[in-house]
Amino acid sequence: MKYLHLIWAALFRRRTRTVLTLVSIIAAFVLFGLLDAVRSSFNQAGQSANGAARLQTGAKLSFIQPLPQALQAQIARVDGVKQVTYANWFGGAYQDPHNQVFSFAVAPNYLDLYPEVAVTDTERKAFAATRTGALVGEQLARRFKWKVGDRVPLQSTIFPDRQGSKNWPFEIVGILHATDKKTGGFFDQMFLLNWKYFDETTPYNQGQVGWYVTRVVDVNQADRVAKAIDALSANSDHETRTQTEQAATASWMKQLADIGLIVGSIMGAVFFTLLLLSGNTMMQAVRERTSELAVMKTIGFSSRSLLAMVLAESVLLLLLGGVIGLALATVIIPAISAGSGGMLNLPPVRRGSWSLGVALMVAIGMLVGALPALKAMRLNIVDALAGR
Amino acid sequence: MAEKLIEIRDLSKVYERGAQKIEVLHHIDLDVDAGDFVALMGPSGSGKTTLLNLIGGLDRPTGGRITVGGQRLDELGAGPLAKWRAATVGFVFQLYNLMPMLSAQRNVELPLLLTKLSAAERKHRAAIALQLVGLADRATHKPAELSGGQQQRVSIARAIVSDPALLVCDEPTGDLDRAAAEEVLALLRVLNRGHGKTIVMVTHDPKAAEYANHTLHLDKGSLVTQPAVAA
Repeated sequence: MKYLHLIWAALFRRRTRTVLTLVSIIAAFVLFGLLDAVRSSFNQAGQSANGAARLQTGAKLSFIQPLPQALQAQIARVDGVKQVTYANWFGGAYQDPHNQVFSFAVAPNYLDLYPEVAVTDTERKAFAATRTGALVGEQLARRFKWKVGDRVPLQSTIFPDRQGSKNWPFEIVGILHATDKKTGGFFDQMFLLNWKYFDETTPYNQGQVGWYVTRVVDVNQADRVAKAIDALSANSDHETRTQTEQAATASWMKQLADIGLIVGSIMGAVFFTLLLLSGNTMMQAVRERTSELAVMKTIGFSSRSLLAMVLAESVLLLLLGGVIGLALATVIIPAISAGSGGMLNLPPVRRGSWSLGVALMVAIGMLVGALPALKAMRLNIVDALAGR
Repeated sequence: MAEKLIEIRDLSKVYERGAQKIEVLHHIDLDVDAGDFVALMGPSGSGKTTLLNLIGGLDRPTGGRITVGGQRLDELGAGPLAKWRAATVGFVFQLYNLMPMLSAQRNVELPLLLTKLSAAERKHRAAIALQLVGLADRATHKPAELSGGQQQRVSIARAIVSDPALLVCDEPTGDLDRAAAEEVLALLRVLNRGHGKTIVMVTHDPKAAEYANHTLHLDKGSLVTQPAVAA
């Protein structure tokens, strides 16, 4: 600690250069915080106690391939299945195609399998009784200032009605509330419509469903039940693939994009650039201080203490920028979530992200400091003082 | 009879520049008493700074023995030699070599960081050293805010703050005007006569050498009794 003022003074010897390098490090770690939150958000999708007891069955070929509705009764008879329901992707947008809404046409018993979604009995009854009825998540309702009783049109980006129009009228009959905001934020964004209305209105469905959701009696039997469900359609033209909700969500997202790979690639490029940038800063900083380092050695500082001081300077540079960057990300993430009106529900910077971030700061600091620190350690006093 | 602080026997130094070998010092024998003030003079390239570096433990001889304060320097490894320097020698350079980002006070404290003294004690001792060189009122100034003579006095304060027995000074007035040089040399004389510091000073300036008790002349790597006369 008694060398801290020396290290600090050396770090800010060239104030402008250090500040510019710090800005780069801050930007890199803000990005790290944001991307890590995105990755966590995708990883967390489908992870809940209730989700563990649910299986999703979709077409083996692709998640956009429909399945026959008749499969519901067969799945219900599989040993270990408690309940089964189904849903279709509707692909709705409100007013503007950019205002995408997570809209699903669902079976009457759909909400029975999602106890983490709270809706009043009156509203459920109204949903069942109203052909064009819709249940909407509370954040979605807030975003578009909808309330129960409102009549709202959604434009399906996929399904037209029998007249060819893609505008579908709905009447909001209830509001959905996710009971666990941490894992169920998605439900607050949902728009549920009656599957029967959907099936009868569009000529492109004809009694087919997008996927089945099954609740198992015993979570430990989920694997066996999944295999039994898939066996029902083996060698048919609609072979299925049944997975846990988490695996299905991950697989669905992977078909959209490999988030882990994208995030990893971006961060790899960012940190590689940071490595070069801060490495160059440290090399310049030590080169400029050759005679000062020689004087320190002359006075009696050992080669090892100079090595440690240059390494500490480099790590301090990374820690300073990195901690500010991650702290900024901690502030920015909730602001992004709030600013998106709930469309993006990014988790806060977790303790794990902080640990990983700090480990990266130290590792990069050691790496970029290694070469200049060795240079300082091996400095020949006589040559350095003579300017050779 | 005065106690010997420096004993040099058959000291040689050879530098290798690629395949070329340059013998800078040839078989030097020299004794310096404790409390003496010795000026080393000679033409450029005569080996003055090399001899000073060897006495200060900054370089290693190629041959011979060098003993300072009873310690054989030619037998010490890099680590012990660094510790020995910290405890025994104070260095004064021609270009002051202060840390530009530190205040005068912090510059003077630098050698004390290698001791076990508390921060308060370090500060106290640095303040005394600055007072001794007449710069107590410049403690918070950075080197760029001081004149050349003041910077050299700060560097002398840094050299004496850990109370070393020996001061090695390489052209301490080489970058100063006459008035500032006189001040620095007077200060060195006070340190020698008033505080008993042994001083070995390299200089080109005969007036500076007059402040020393003895003047030694080096020519082509050997000690000579009389200065070399330019042709």
